Amino acid sequence: MDLRYGEKYEAFRSELREFLRGWPLVGPEGLLPLREQEALFRQRGIERGYVYRHIPAEYGGAGREPDVIIDQIVSEEYAASGAPGALLTQGAGMLAPTLLELGSEAQKRRFVPRALTGEDVWCQGYSEPGAGSDLASLSSRAELDGGEWVIHGHKIWTSGADKADYMFGLFRTEPAAPKHAGISYLLLDMKAPGVTIRPLREMTGGALFNEVFLDGVRTPADWIVGARGQGWQVSRSTLKHERNMIGNPNAMRRLFDELVAMLRGQRREGVPALEHPVVRQRLAEIEGYLLAHEYTGRRMLTSTARGDLEDTALPTLLMKLSGTNLRRRISEAAYDWIGAEALLEPSEAEQQPLAAGTPGSWTARMMGAIAVAIAGGASNIQRNVIGERGLGLPRDLHAR
Amino acid sequence: MDFGLSEEQRLLQDTIRGFAAMECPIARLRERFEEGGGCDAALWKGLVEMGVAGLALPASNGGSDLEVLDLALVSEVLGESALPVPFLGHVLAGLALRWGGSPAQRDHWLPRLATGDTAATVAFGEFGGHWQPEEWTAELQGGRLSGAKVFVPDGAAADAIVVGTRGGGLALVEAGAPGLSVRAVLGVDRTRAVAEIALDGVVAEPLAEGAGAAGRLRDAALVLLAADAFGAAWHLLRATIAYVGTREQFGTRLAQFQAVKHQLANAVTDLEPARGLLWYAAHAVDRLPERAPHAAAVAKAHITDRALSVARDTVELHGGIGYTWESDVQIWFKRTLFDRAFLGTPELHRERSAALAGWA
Repeated sequence: MDLRYGEKYEAFRSELREFLRGWPLVGPEGLLPLREQEALFRQRGIERGYVYRHIPAEYGGAGREPDVIIDQIVSEEYAASGAPGALLTQGAGMLAPTLLELGSEAQKRRFVPRALTGEDVWCQGYSEPGAGSDLASLSSRAELDGGEWVIHGHKIWTSGADKADYMFGLFRTEPAAPKHAGISYLLLDMKAPGVTIRPLREMTGGALFNEVFLDGVRTPADWIVGARGQGWQVSRSTLKHERNMIGNPNAMRRLFDELVAMLRGQRREGVPALEHPVVRQRLAEIEGYLLAHEYTGRRMLTSTARGDLEDTALPTLLMKLSGTNLRRRISEAAYDWIGAEALLEPSEAEQQPLAAGTPGSWTARMMGAIAVAIAGGASNIQRNVIGERGLGLPRDLHAR
Repeated sequence: MDFGLSEEQRLLQDTIRGFAAMECPIARLRERFEEGGGCDAALWKGLVEMGVAGLALPASNGGSDLEVLDLALVSEVLGESALPVPFLGHVLAGLALRWGGSPAQRDHWLPRLATGDTAATVAFGEFGGHWQPEEWTAELQGGRLSGAKVFVPDGAAADAIVVGTRGGGLALVEAGAPGLSVRAVLGVDRTRAVAEIALDGVVAEPLAEGAGAAGRLRDAALVLLAADAFGAAWHLLRATIAYVGTREQFGTRLAQFQAVKHQLANAVTDLEPARGLLWYAAHAVDRLPERAPHAAAVAKAHITDRALSVARDTVELHGGIGYTWESDVQIWFKRTLFDRAFLGTPELHRERSAALAGWA
């Protein structure tokens, strides 16, 4: 154990902080539309080697040597400053790393740079009405016809499909093969003829999810990632990146700090809320889970730096469930403590993913904590994975 | 930035683990448990020969100059194996003297503690659930100590006892001194002995820097208890995984049932992340003095809570047999009870951590 970062890294941190003080932009640049300002500042971060650090320059990254400690410092400092850094979208956070790992040269050049800048917006076409937790039983199908895939099917829970330019998804291409071996990972244009999008309104009132109907949608034959029938393995790579995003400890720390900040302004039974023993006990119990989760993140970082992933194989498996349990604890406590406003429906603004600071935003986030427990492999699927791969327990009797 | 154990630390754990497996098979552990004496002198001698007693004592006093983190790693393995040895009191007395003793006191006592020639312990608790330095009432006047202490680990076998005194100081008394009476008590954890002591004007040697060391000593104790509970809970998890892999009902192994699998997955998801919290708290006691009180309080509260919850679930997963005296799971279950109650319950340490976090 040595928690000092050392001179080299401390110097890097100061240099980065200095750079981040340049946000928000001022002068003429500060008058540009916000999206352009964000793109500008992100591009500067890439040029300085902070953002998309070890993605090669020809694919739109900074092309620097991998260094997980630098990555950690960058992630902490960007989170603390709120400046626009790496996008945590499905395109930049999930598809780009998947293509970099398993895509063809042409795919990497065409899709990765624009996914990283957000110029191209991507959505993920995995789940279907009949294939949720049992994703490999999916039945949307694609057939080759004159140098193109022709796709028929129905995808659901597709976040952001209404705003997406492209979809990466799983489709059955080998109907005769066993279920996991018959799937391919295809890319398609969401503006192509035959794509119909229907928003799905969620319990929060918002509509982040959609249903996507694919009716004879055509996509080029070489828009396949990995080989025919290898789609399941490719999707495991994407899923790993999704789970890493969901379990991110930095996000939990921010949420907890917001909860404490909210309580600072409150009274309860005649005393400041933070002095009330019931509040203190519950908050302290949550902090135990929070710190355990945070330091487990540090352990995983260290084993990556040491090249000894075996050492944290078990924590890696349980990070998603641990993180969503924690989010539930924090957001349910907050919901209990917002007062009678708990009875109000969150406003449209409060339903947005980044809304904060009002009672209604906590109501929406308390409900949102259910969504993350379901997305990317529901909690019971996580329990199967932890039990089977982590603890060596046998597969379920009835699973086929 | 390196948040992990060194090769030496892993080797240390493996060595102790190997020793426990070889020297303390379940039959032997069971014998000590049935006796209720809590201490197996031969096992302790073996550990002392391996350097455990002097692990965190200065090299100049015959120790290995290691840290609280290393003690915590040993404590974790002792919890895992439920080893009936007087580790807790002995190493805490060593830290008390290392941190609070004058040079002369260190030179006199530490070599004896490192070799195990002197068996030492600490007396923190007082009647009414008072454990913390601020609450101690034993009176030291003119070099004589009066008062009563409870739940002194291995107090009946100790040659020297470091006693917490009014005002948060520390003073050392020797066994057999006039006015000192020691009574062994049957504790809930039969692998660790406890005693009550009464002091009536007993000649005592105040530790020169005792008041400055008491808080850090308490933090170290909290970390060692958390480590022991963590190890004990992991043992119960492993034992239960093995049990559900062999026990059959409804024509199949219990492990085939998703209800069982999910209960175990929940348990490990609650428990394993706490390992990082434990390491951090131990490291804080060693190197980050301003963080240590909070980290140690959170670690003790969180980990002993998680450990008891895991212990309870794993006993239940054994079914009726798990509830019998004959079943061995009770040994580790009770180990977690000791770790949870000794030095104060999770509730107490959550309140302390809230105050230390500045929630007001």
